[in-house]
Amino acid sequence: MNFVALRMLTGDRAKYFGLVFAIAFCTFLLENQTSIFANILKRTASQILDVTDAEVWVMDPQTEYWEQTKALKDTDLTRVRGVPEVAWAVRLFKGNPVARTLEGKFAVSFLVGLDDATLAGAPRKMIMGSWERLREPDGVIVDQAGYTLLFPGEPLELGRTLEMNDHRVTIVGISDASAPFVSLPVMHARYSQAVNFLGRERAELSFIIARPAPGIDPKSLTARIEAQTGLRARTTEEFMWDCVNYYLRNTGIPVNFGITIAVALVVGTVVAGQTFYLFTVENLKQFGALKAMGVTNARLVGMILLQAGSVAGLGFALGTGMAATFFEITLHKLATRGIVLMWQCVALTGVCILFVVIVASILSIRRVLILEPAAVFRG
Amino acid sequence: MTTSDLAVACRDVRKHFGGGEARVEALRGVDFSARFGELSFLVGPSGCGKTTLISIVAGLLDRTAGELAVLGSRMDDLSDTERVLFRRRNVGFVFQQYNLLPAFTAAENVAVPLLAAGVGRKEAVARGEELLARLGLGRRTKALPSTLSGGQQQRVALARALVHEPRLVVCDEPTAALDHASGEAVMELLARNAVQPDRAVIVVTHDSRVFRYAHSIARMDDGRIVEVTRPNGSSDPRGLQPVQEAVA
Repeated sequence: MNFVALRMLTGDRAKYFGLVFAIAFCTFLLENQTSIFANILKRTASQILDVTDAEVWVMDPQTEYWEQTKALKDTDLTRVRGVPEVAWAVRLFKGNPVARTLEGKFAVSFLVGLDDATLAGAPRKMIMGSWERLREPDGVIVDQAGYTLLFPGEPLELGRTLEMNDHRVTIVGISDASAPFVSLPVMHARYSQAVNFLGRERAELSFIIARPAPGIDPKSLTARIEAQTGLRARTTEEFMWDCVNYYLRNTGIPVNFGITIAVALVVGTVVAGQTFYLFTVENLKQFGALKAMGVTNARLVGMILLQAGSVAGLGFALGTGMAATFFEITLHKLATRGIVLMWQCVALTGVCILFVVIVASILSIRRVLILEPAAVFRG
Repeated sequence: MTTSDLAVACRDVRKHFGGGEARVEALRGVDFSARFGELSFLVGPSGCGKTTLISIVAGLLDRTAGELAVLGSRMDDLSDTERVLFRRRNVGFVFQQYNLLPAFTAAENVAVPLLAAGVGRKEAVARGEELLARLGLGRRTKALPSTLSGGQQQRVALARALVHEPRLVVCDEPTAALDHASGEAVMELLARNAVQPDRAVIVVTHDSRVFRYAHSIARMDDGRIVEVTRPNGSSDPRGLQPVQEAVA
């Protein structure tokens, strides 16, 4: 009877495609919105995740997330280095200087100051130049999006100059740094220079990044650092989630996206669920005839589930394909770079679609089960 | 006539719907029988209980009271599942509105009872095509119902009712939606192909033009059988046989 079920489903092409596309668009909306939401939140920790050399971040206990830092004392670095099981620890500066071009174009930037000796935390994905060139005097690395923002419409070129806090700096590399939460240029310089590009303060040490000794779990090292120094220590992943959670708690982003996602879910549920339910209701006469002819309720339930599963499977695959295509296209645009279709969002959407289909199936099955086969004689 | 001639035997069958003031007495003590090898007509005005009676006889509806034996089985003795399987094996249906699956070809529609019985699709469709050819639709086996005339659709429905070789065929107003010529053609095919020594055919109709095909005509009114006549002249005033004797 599987053949009968599938032919009943696909017989009316308009209804069939209506069902499939309702689920496909619901899938697309859910995957699209949840992925954009998750990726935007992930951007709040882009500069943390870009530092692949270190696994542990040490900061002032009052520092909650990347954007808002309270400077550490220089002696804190020595204290962290003194913690057993720390393989190495170096300083990292974060500031927001204004960068100006000679043409007068300017932009507030993210400036990351790297340890002069090791350059730990330097961007590893370079488009032009090399991170080792940061050792050159007044050298900075700018990310591609930042370069395009400062020099719109101009080809990528090394050796161009910028002015930061009355300092003339030279672009020695163009990186492919992950996009920050706000669309500002991301720059890297040596620590000693970076603090000058922003303007000296009494304390400038934003973070200490460290790596545990071989065989030591970063999580246990953070506990040891906190116990020994009184500073706040987080693994890279923990610090990323700190940033994400901060934005979730303190901004309207989750509410705005939540509303969109909820609307997509409700509209998708109503449209897909109702369309499938109506499809069953419109076929009640046929189900009644099958019932009269001796098709068992269990077989009818199986037929409905097969119909629902087929529609859901096809619609979900189509919707996921649409979402993947969308993200493949936007992935290559500077403004939306790094925003990808996350497998977690696909899985979550799959669960939602399954829920929608189960609800619609239950309602449809109920109608068929309570249908008296004698009703088929009533015309 | 012997009890083994009887495919269906009802005695004092009653059926009501609803309760209280909304209670409707659809059958008020029906005595009815249908013999193997015959076309038994059930006639009467609309609302007299014909459809309710054949629904009960076909195992689609439970009666409120009375005794019923169909093909040697007491319907009371069958569980719900057994009754479904009983219908699948033993009963063929022809509906007034055909109830063909619109997305299926004529042959596929005919094959549905076989598919329900677990016959493979290829074999089921082949048997459907074969039967359609016998009913004069050999060239329309791959046609969709929407492309067939009313008479042709009813012939497909007739083939569907016969393809699994049931011992009881129940037809509800098979000619009501057809013009005279098409109705005649359908009844002709029904009489020629459905009636067999080991099969009973019950036809509910109020189309008097086709009464001549009947072996017996039971007239219903207000939930009762009021008269049973046999057009060939034999006398059978009530057409009643004790249910106990009809059970094999």
